[in-house]
Amino acid sequence: MSETILELKGVEKYFGDFVAVERINLSVKDGEFFTLVGPSGSGKTTMIRMLVGMDKPSRGDILMAGERVNDVPANRRPTCMVFQSLALFPHKTVGENIEFPLKLRGEAKHNRKTRAIELLEQLHLSESYYSKKVSQCSGGERQRVALARALAFDPQILFFDEPLSALDYRLRKTLEKELKDIQRRTGKTFVYITHSLEEAMVMSDRIAIMRKGRIVQVGTPDEIYNGPANGFVAQFMGEVNEFRVSRKDAQWLEDLDSDAQYPAPPDSPVDEGVLIVRPERIRMLSEEETADSRFEGVVEHQYVLGSRVQYQVRVKQRAFLVETMIGQPYQVGDSVSLGWDADQSVLMSE
Amino acid sequence: MNAPVPSSVSRSEARGPGEKGSALPVRDRGLKALAGWARQPGFLLSLPALAVFIAGFVGPLALVVIYAVMPARSFGVEHLPTLENFVTIFQDSYYLSFAWSIGLALASTVILMLICWPVAYGLSRVFRRSMILTLLLVLPLFVSENVRLFGWVLTLLNHGILDGSLRTLFGWEVPDLLYNVPVTILGMVYVYLPFMLFPMALGVSMIPEACREAAFDMGATRWQVFREVEIPLAMPGILIGALLTFVLVLGSISEAKILGGQSVIMIAHDIETAFTYAQNWPLGSALSTLLILLTGVLVIGLLSKLNLDKLLSRK
Repeated sequence: MSETILELKGVEKYFGDFVAVERINLSVKDGEFFTLVGPSGSGKTTMIRMLVGMDKPSRGDILMAGERVNDVPANRRPTCMVFQSLALFPHKTVGENIEFPLKLRGEAKHNRKTRAIELLEQLHLSESYYSKKVSQCSGGERQRVALARALAFDPQILFFDEPLSALDYRLRKTLEKELKDIQRRTGKTFVYITHSLEEAMVMSDRIAIMRKGRIVQVGTPDEIYNGPANGFVAQFMGEVNEFRVSRKDAQWLEDLDSDAQYPAPPDSPVDEGVLIVRPERIRMLSEEETADSRFEGVVEHQYVLGSRVQYQVRVKQRAFLVETMIGQPYQVGDSVSLGWDADQSVLMSE
Repeated sequence: MNAPVPSSVSRSEARGPGEKGSALPVRDRGLKALAGWARQPGFLLSLPALAVFIAGFVGPLALVVIYAVMPARSFGVEHLPTLENFVTIFQDSYYLSFAWSIGLALASTVILMLICWPVAYGLSRVFRRSMILTLLLVLPLFVSENVRLFGWVLTLLNHGILDGSLRTLFGWEVPDLLYNVPVTILGMVYVYLPFMLFPMALGVSMIPEACREAAFDMGATRWQVFREVEIPLAMPGILIGALLTFVLVLGSISEAKILGGQSVIMIAHDIETAFTYAQNWPLGSALSTLLILLTGVLVIGLLSKLNLDKLLSRK
């Protein structure tokens, strides 16, 4: 279970002078749900194309189950990819699509059909879909058909190239959970790429964040959420409060852009850098509540985000973002106190 | 006041007007629909084109069909219809010309499919933005077909360009190349190549790259990708190309005459002869009618299986 199934050693890819992917070292464990996250242009698509075998790395090695596969073409690798466009065959029925990898292997018609219907069932599609045309299926159904086809191939590693990006929000949420569930049930290694860290957080065991062809941070969702490696990762996750600071003493940091002082996160070796505080880690304080820091300010804006509310609070020349559960009685113009505990913030060098 | 009427009579009388009543609205509805259709601006605007179409296309075609049932060697359409021309066709050896035309059309179509696939593939995938290549393929179409065929004749002729050059340069003797069936097919393949190539290239460009990659990713060999993905997805383009070339070769005449030196007689040649030397318009018309029927059955049969709208809108 914890064996390394996929390993990248110093992988680089150039297109002419353009460096698409640089010095990638990475290992994925067997049975893991691993996600590569990055904005567009970060090199994640180049990465997955090399992993599937549709591109060759310019330098470095890709190892699958300990064997170097750099020169093994896609059709001889034990991997399969669900494409962003899904790449379902429009001239084949749903059943024929799912059976395609089995047909290539020369499996008997009867066995193929049994397996296809089994997979349809596993993905919550009724048997009647077997003879439907792909064009008769909705977006979510096509998604399931594409996944069923990939599962029929029975790959050692299953790759996903942002397959959910074209779907509406609710369906995407449903399928994210379903995908995670299928991964757990089949015990297969899933390597997923997406530009949405939120999506990655929901599904992944581990996440690698990419920026400009390099990996910035690798870790569990928890590790990344609580300890972003730098400002890029922190911002990538959503809006955060960022303060440029320098150390005053063991307990306090001075804001370089104002005269405010913030409590220093414990055990941080950094003396100058960026202090990051998530909006939901800042609390509105009542008279008797205390925190490691306390600021008095005025609510400037209020944004309702569904179950949560975000407030922009003006404290002298600084604006703080504070997120609370909905139902708190603050109005624009109210005077409020806010603060956070030192261990709820992260200090990182720039 | 009225005498009581037996109930059966009253029922049958009641049914009479009832039937009439239900028939009239149907006809009314039909007429109304027709009137509504005729009032539509689309129909009115199409009237001039429709008139030209009827006068220039349907009219002559009808005339040909009428001539086909006139007595042999008549030059008017006032005679009683007869099927004697068709009897002549089936008794005489015209079936040979039909057979040659169909056979050569089949052969050229198959050869063109084989030649054009790699070219279409290159045209739509490798040299996508190369106008020059497309232009080079289209330009010969602006030169008269006969001129181009005579160019071939000059090249392949005994003591022509090819023979003469090889003889002078290397002292090689080139055997007689002209006036046989293979050179006829060569001419047809040469002349009708664009008609296969461009629809086929359109078909090839309709294959989504991701489908090809997905098949490959799932373990398909190059051949399996070709057979399972590329051919079926490019099929509309292939069919249109095949249809065009088949129909064009079926009605062709110059290749067999100029390059083939009449080593085979095509049906179009027979039709020409009937209208000119033989001065037998009805026979020529009957032959034409048969050819049109043959082509029509083929075209309609194939097109009914083909969704042209889908093909053209997806490009």
